[in-house]
Amino acid sequence: MRTAYLDTLYELAQKDKRVYALISDNGAIVYDKYRKDLPEQYLNVGISEANMVGMAAGMASCGKIPFAYTIGAFLAYRAYEFIRNDVCLQNQNVKIVGTGAGEVYSALGPTHHSTEDLGGLRSLPNLVIICPASPLEVKKAAMAAYEHDGPVYLRLGTNKEKEIYNNEYAFQIGKAVTLKDGNDITLIGAGSILKDILDASFQLDAEGIGARVIDMHTIKPIDKEIIIRAIDETGTIMTIEDHNIIGGIGSTVAEVIAESGMPVKFIRLGLKDQFSRGYGSYDDVKEMNGVGIGNIREAVRKLLA
Amino acid sequence: MVTENVELKCKEIRKQIFIQAYAAGGAHMGTAFSVADILGTLYFGDVLRYRAQQPDWEDRDKLILSKGHAGVALYAVLALAGYFDVSYLKTFCQPGSRIGGHPRINEVPGVEASTGALGHGLSFGIGIAYANKMDHKSSHTYVILGDGECQEGSVWEGALSAPTLGLDNLTVIVDHNKLQAMDELEKIVHMAPFADKWKSFGWNVLEIDGHNCEKIKQALLAREAGRPTLVIANTVKGKGVSFMENVPIWHYRMPDDEELRILCRDLEFSEEEQENLFCIKRSL
Repeated sequence: MRTAYLDTLYELAQKDKRVYALISDNGAIVYDKYRKDLPEQYLNVGISEANMVGMAAGMASCGKIPFAYTIGAFLAYRAYEFIRNDVCLQNQNVKIVGTGAGEVYSALGPTHHSTEDLGGLRSLPNLVIICPASPLEVKKAAMAAYEHDGPVYLRLGTNKEKEIYNNEYAFQIGKAVTLKDGNDITLIGAGSILKDILDASFQLDAEGIGARVIDMHTIKPIDKEIIIRAIDETGTIMTIEDHNIIGGIGSTVAEVIAESGMPVKFIRLGLKDQFSRGYGSYDDVKEMNGVGIGNIREAVRKLLA
Repeated sequence: MVTENVELKCKEIRKQIFIQAYAAGGAHMGTAFSVADILGTLYFGDVLRYRAQQPDWEDRDKLILSKGHAGVALYAVLALAGYFDVSYLKTFCQPGSRIGGHPRINEVPGVEASTGALGHGLSFGIGIAYANKMDHKSSHTYVILGDGECQEGSVWEGALSAPTLGLDNLTVIVDHNKLQAMDELEKIVHMAPFADKWKSFGWNVLEIDGHNCEKIKQALLAREAGRPTLVIANTVKGKGVSFMENVPIWHYRMPDDEELRILCRDLEFSEEEQENLFCIKRSL
């Protein structure tokens, strides 16, 4: 994902001199090519996330399009008030780009996990939130963020996500994608964990359970239509996220369900109001925190029993 | 030389600050009086390049009032400069008004950033100055910080950044009235030696009397190639109203009838102006 993002940013910056890469001393090596070719559109502001976001807003007020990039946890928590007051309140054209979404930085522990960022940022007016799931979706999402005139939070994973789309994929902000059809249950997720959801759904096929999978790449504005259709056609919804079940995709979908007035079986799989536990690979940590492939399968069986 | 006109404007600014506070039933008056001469000199002393009739003029200088709680002073200045009608000041903090407790960009012509939460304006101003530098523009950026505001950590992130980036197109003014909401600054957090801190961070530091318009103008126009300028403006909180000067409780409070009489005398409200002032209250 990170490489896909940087390649896209490089492309955009080459075409448009208003595009700036701001970083807070993170990802310096992967920026090597960008830095070499576009030194005037690159700035490492140092380890000062609040300062970076405030600066980005000031630059945007002069017509620049800054992409402020660092670990999502540091942006969403440390710089929250700057995202709120300087970027969102003033509707400045700043792109906040956080890496290591959810528990992707598994071995680094909860200080580096963004497992509450959606909860905080989702309530900020004017902010579009996109969580792409694959390199191609990152590319499309970064292009869409650039084209959108206003604040965007782009929530990236790491560099290991496999591709799940082909080149014909037409990405649109606020328009979720049905990745796989099924009529027994709908599984909704976004970001790096989406591949696991997809894999779990294929395994469930073998058990005779038809699971629909939705890539809810835009958390805000949420695609209500696709959720309503899923309630209508499958009657059972499960959200899966390596984020607190409070404030994340589960909460967002729950709001749509509650306001729909439609009867539905619904469960949120994710961190149950706790910080992530354990170390190891991303798969290990997801499993330890109840959102591994096995956990998803088990929860589906239980819900449909 | 700063003309007598600037000092007259500063007197008018103080009157208009009080008129707003009186109409609204409250405002951060102490801090507004403290920064009034700095703002007056910026806008009326041929320092800031602006076009009130064309607020988005591309080559303008920009002022970021980071201590947004002094917004009432900024509104007074913007109205007197012609950004909007002076009579609009009477709507301060009233339902339907665009001028509220803290200034907002896109709402009030001439306001360059929404401020109010402390510790934001410096980084925002650095972003503007950096963008101007990259575009080889001659526009200058001014940021006004409160001295209490300098207790915010983000101020020092910006204090490190601006000299690193060589932003000689940035001037930061600290309204150093030595009081904050609850008490004397130094009793709450040790800020001294204040000037030395900024010097050691690489700023071109000047220290002036923040109520002497001539000195303010000289400092605001001072530049040093390759680094930003930091002006410590020694001011008096509540300046211009005898019973408010240097008294912390006037951070946010309204005068009673006896104090109002003194205030009208101190700010040199004419009898007619006083009558108009009392009419505001009757009309609300």
